[in-house]
Amino acid sequence: MNWHRFHRLVFAAATVIVVAACGSTSTAGATDWSKQTSASGGGGMDALVAAAKAEGKLTVIALPPDWANYGAIISGFKAKYGIDITSLNPNGSSQDEVNAFDGTSRAPDVVDVGQAVALANTAKFAPYQVKEWNDIPGGAKEATGLWYNDYGGYMGIGYDSTKVPAITSVQDLLGSAFKSKVALAGDPTKSNQGLNGVIMASVANGGSLDDVSKGVDFFKQLKQKGNYVPVVGTAATVKSGQTPVLFEWDYLSASHGKDVPTWKIFVPSNAIIGGYYSQAINKQAPHPAAARLWEEYLYSDEGQNLWLKGGARPVRQAVMTAAGTVDATAAAKLPAVPGTPQVPSGDQTSKASQYVVANWSAAVA
Amino acid sequence: MNAAARPLGGGRRLPLSWLGVVPFFIYVGIFLLLPTGIILAGSLVAPDGSISLSNFAGINQPYMFKSFTGSLEISSVSSILGAIFGALLAYAVATGNPKGFLRRSVMSAAGVVAQFGGVTLTFAFVATIGTEGFVYLWLKDRGIEMYPNGVWFFDLPGLTLIYLYFQIPLMVLVFIPALDGIRPQWREATESLGGNAWHYWRYVAGPLLFPSFLGCTLLLFANAFSAYATANALLTQGGVILPLQVQALLTSETGSSSPGLAKALALAMIAVVLIVMSVYALLQRRTSQWLR
Repeated sequence: MNWHRFHRLVFAAATVIVVAACGSTSTAGATDWSKQTSASGGGGMDALVAAAKAEGKLTVIALPPDWANYGAIISGFKAKYGIDITSLNPNGSSQDEVNAFDGTSRAPDVVDVGQAVALANTAKFAPYQVKEWNDIPGGAKEATGLWYNDYGGYMGIGYDSTKVPAITSVQDLLGSAFKSKVALAGDPTKSNQGLNGVIMASVANGGSLDDVSKGVDFFKQLKQKGNYVPVVGTAATVKSGQTPVLFEWDYLSASHGKDVPTWKIFVPSNAIIGGYYSQAINKQAPHPAAARLWEEYLYSDEGQNLWLKGGARPVRQAVMTAAGTVDATAAAKLPAVPGTPQVPSGDQTSKASQYVVANWSAAVA
Repeated sequence: MNAAARPLGGGRRLPLSWLGVVPFFIYVGIFLLLPTGIILAGSLVAPDGSISLSNFAGINQPYMFKSFTGSLEISSVSSILGAIFGALLAYAVATGNPKGFLRRSVMSAAGVVAQFGGVTLTFAFVATIGTEGFVYLWLKDRGIEMYPNGVWFFDLPGLTLIYLYFQIPLMVLVFIPALDGIRPQWREATESLGGNAWHYWRYVAGPLLFPSFLGCTLLLFANAFSAYATANALLTQGGVILPLQVQALLTSETGSSSPGLAKALALAMIAVVLIVMSVYALLQRRTSQWLR
């Protein structure tokens, strides 16, 4: 190689690097959506839709069809964009979701995870800001868009009003009418929902978001009275009657009404525990454009109203209520909130988790 | 085993008989050695990514010991009860007519039931004596409460009951060969020498059967110790036994996920099973000296 040619090569290489660094898309023709942090950055929504359609597929994970209306959301997305969705392991945990990031073409493109998992795995996510980014409150998103809250609700105690008396306080559950009836909707040593149930019990019994021990003590008492059923409550156990009293997110509990018409939800006014789930895009998403289009769909008025129909409170609800785009019928069906909600921070969640992991089996087993 | 590996012909220059076992070794390599290697390597990776033994120190916590005792408890109780009842049933079968209906039906039933496990087995029990099971409800309609002091069924006692369902038939299957090896002539010899039933059991059959009985009990222990699917379907709360603790550590979504610790725990389980199975192999060798 002579000097002249070497010179030209260096120049060419430098040009490529500079062009790539600028994020310019004019030279390559097709946009690399895996690098785009917003739809407009990649050429606008139409370009995103076209690219996603060209990919033709999207892989989601751990989205049960009866959880926050995901069944309707998935079919809505399919119908609107003609993109096929593969739904992996619908009953998986948030941790299962990120564990499935294996770099293969079968890995999930997007995840819907609890706060603790979102915070712990930011290195695996790609930053992205949906069109409605500014509607999401500052505390409900990571500044660059690595994760952003999607929907949430409050911890409630769902119960079959034909099998147990009306519940007016968490302490009621210690009564003899609740023998072998009270369950959690998740194993608190590993499930976000289960843990929040224990946190709620703690706050209602004189504990706080920083002190979950009262909740563990409460379940220990339930166990001693023979009221606690160590079965993870699901739609199936509620339907069969195995778990007639269930600590659960209110929006999930609401869905049992279709199986058990006498199902009611109690949210204790002295312990309103709020919790949000978060969306994030896999950094190595096999279908980067479809993944981004999925997020745009979820945060559009259409997607947010679908969550609302499932009884979950979408993160843009306040803005949409002000703008008049919210589904008023669905919003009216949400249970009233009888006080000020408290939301555990990521740090509080992980401290509570450590305590519960170390003390749970001694308390209830 | 050793004899089978040696070529019988002897004259061939290129013995090809080993080809037959290649699939077996590939199978063992992929499904046993490779995963063990992955667990070993993973257990040495600390949460911060460095190589250390810190995961093994992490086992040293009260709740870990609790799942250890839980596992030991259920494995011992279900293996000892399974061994006793299984041995009694096996004895009844072995002393009966070898071509009779009892033997044929018990052996085929045991062969099927010993393999029954996992979600289907748990479901069968939940549908029978769970809090919405038909036996439970039938009794309740007649004023009998099966669980007056709280439901023990969804706890270790319930799991023990379910495990017995496959432990007893397994004991029958593995213990029958030993019983079949006991010849009636030995009893006749004892009697002709003036011994009674006690002497026969104390000095002849007992010492012959005991190593096999102990070995089979250990096999049952290992069987219960490593069972996962059945327990996972029944005990959905808390890592009450080791396999469930491992699962909890792998899938926790509340910030307590610790894959390294899970693998260290899995390695500890492998060690326990390895010890138990070594003793089993030793006892089997001793048994086979007499019973062939």
